[in-house]
Amino acid sequence: MSSKPYLSLDKISKTYALGREKFGGPERFLQAVDQISLDVPRGETLGLVGESGCGKSSLARLIMQLERPSSGAIAFDGVDPAGLNATELKAARQRFQMIFQDPYASLNPRMRARAIIAEALVNFRKGNAEEINRRVEELAIQVGLSSFHLDRFPHELSGGQCQRIGIARAIALSPDLIVADEPVSALDVSIQAQILNLIVRLQEEMGLTLVFISHDLSVVSHVADRVAVMYLGRIVELGKTADLFGRPAHPYTRTLLTAVPRPMPSSRGKRSRISGELPSPLNPPSGCHFRTRCSFADARCAAEVPVLRVIGGAQQAACHHAEDIQATLNQDEIETDNA
Amino acid sequence: MTAVSPHIDTGQNVLTVSNLSLEFSNSAGVVRALDDVSFAVRKGEILSLVGESGCGKSVTAMSIMGLLPRHGARIVSGSVRLGEQELLGASERTMRRVRGDRIGMIFQDPMTSLNPVHTIGMQIAEVVRQHRGLSGAAARARALEMLELVRIPDARNRLGAYPHELSGGMRQRVMIAMALACDPELLIADEPTTALDVTVQAQVLDLIADLRQNLGMSVIFITHDLGVVSSTADRMMVMYAGRIVEEAPVEKLFARPSHGYTAGLLQSLPGTQTRHRDVLAEIPGSVPRLDKVVEGCAYAPRCSFATGACLDPLPPPRRIEPEHSARCIHSETVFETIRNTDIVRAWA
Repeated sequence: MSSKPYLSLDKISKTYALGREKFGGPERFLQAVDQISLDVPRGETLGLVGESGCGKSSLARLIMQLERPSSGAIAFDGVDPAGLNATELKAARQRFQMIFQDPYASLNPRMRARAIIAEALVNFRKGNAEEINRRVEELAIQVGLSSFHLDRFPHELSGGQCQRIGIARAIALSPDLIVADEPVSALDVSIQAQILNLIVRLQEEMGLTLVFISHDLSVVSHVADRVAVMYLGRIVELGKTADLFGRPAHPYTRTLLTAVPRPMPSSRGKRSRISGELPSPLNPPSGCHFRTRCSFADARCAAEVPVLRVIGGAQQAACHHAEDIQATLNQDEIETDNA
Repeated sequence: MTAVSPHIDTGQNVLTVSNLSLEFSNSAGVVRALDDVSFAVRKGEILSLVGESGCGKSVTAMSIMGLLPRHGARIVSGSVRLGEQELLGASERTMRRVRGDRIGMIFQDPMTSLNPVHTIGMQIAEVVRQHRGLSGAAARARALEMLELVRIPDARNRLGAYPHELSGGMRQRVMIAMALACDPELLIADEPTTALDVTVQAQVLDLIADLRQNLGMSVIFITHDLGVVSSTADRMMVMYAGRIVEEAPVEKLFARPSHGYTAGLLQSLPGTQTRHRDVLAEIPGSVPRLDKVVEGCAYAPRCSFATGACLDPLPPPRRIEPEHSARCIHSETVFETIRNTDIVRAWA
């Protein structure tokens, strides 16, 4: 990987004040993102995985400069957008774009596809009407739409076609970074493959840095170079895709991997036996947030917040028992191989 | 596979759907939502209906429950028999006795299916009060028993909770408790875990599998997720554009996919056979509109195996092996092409 990361997050946190539940009661806070540090090199695809409420969308909003972090710093190519004035920030926004989950809700129903894709080009005055129109037609071809589709309204198109419009809009200004927040989870199975192929192809052609958020581990394992697993606002494990899926070191990563039913004979009739519920993010457990659902938890886990630390190669985990857990995993593998 | 389903009684069909065809009409025209759908659910089995949006899986469930809109929906032909009783055309009075008593149903979104202004204890008790005529205390006792059955911790105190006080997974358990309160013969689960997180989904799938084993009920499990199918179901039916295109026990269907659509679905799954970031096999185009009657195979325009003969009127389902049938004239070619993929080899 190159020495200088394109996107760099330095201990960023986001706390939302929720007000008081009742008059005179204590003020409540939600720690949506908790001291996250992360570097994404140029051209890398970082997968962000976790369950609802773990802070992955909050993190996306922070990266996209839709919210300011409560503390910590973000840098794009070494520049912190917090230090920019409004004009400079607007100009900087061309460099990072977003693809959304719901292809219908993220497109203006009163605009034709052509106008939706052109909007950013018009905003940033990328040429006269004719030039913009030519660029829109180029973009349409790039994402696999025809001029027939460009003259349609979103409701006249299928979910997959709408998502292609959303992608064309995101790449219109040739950004450096794209944050894709669950870009295929609202699509039918047969359409998912089309959109995943398109995203991977565009990323390679354009050299994009991609933050790919998904709850679907098989999708993430397919596209991501590295994966970050989040739980209640914190990154609990970070590593190269093959390492993280092959030798998960954090018990939560292991839980996620066993929870996903795969269309393989090994999952036949298998019971996952996962215990406990996601704790309320308003009142997370002390120490390690996962300890209430973890079979390895001991007194140290309640007392001491585990920090994300290197446990071998490029793999990092925030768990006091990461080494032991990886060792038991090897034991399991040996047992099933012999079975 | 006996390990999964020791409780299936192959001699006894709980539900038999025969030649069911259904149309919806509005000012824009007529849509054929179901076309000659026939299947049977055996006692104690989990039968999965698999397909994409608009393929007819939810409409099949709604036809069985008699919940189709009174205006606009028209049953063209067919029958739905619960045991010996015909449900199509039955009076609303009869259907009300069947729903919730002999057939229970759970839905994708547990929040919108529960009544927000009543406690969950009251909502479960209402089912047994209506169908079993139980009085207050007995109904309450049954509600508590059901909450314990679906493994809600601290069940006694949760009886007085309102739906908004529960997490999504808890709400889905409450829905299951309501659906099972009268010991139904059949549970229809329409995408019951789609809105849930993966760890919660795993818990709900475990629960459904355990309840099937302990209570001996039959389940129709509607989903679009082939991973969920393979971990939960005994038998599966793949639907496309209102028709059943392939039907078999789960392990037979994965080991020998014999319809172009099934093959396309399996090949397009990320993370099962492709190498990291390899191009996934795509199914081109999108699901067809159903407002024109298609005589031939509805999947032919998207199918890589299609020939001119696919547009001829569809022949009856082909028998591939015992209990396995597919409506595809190229079933051998399909299987020969896909047999060496990792996913099929894993099941062979």
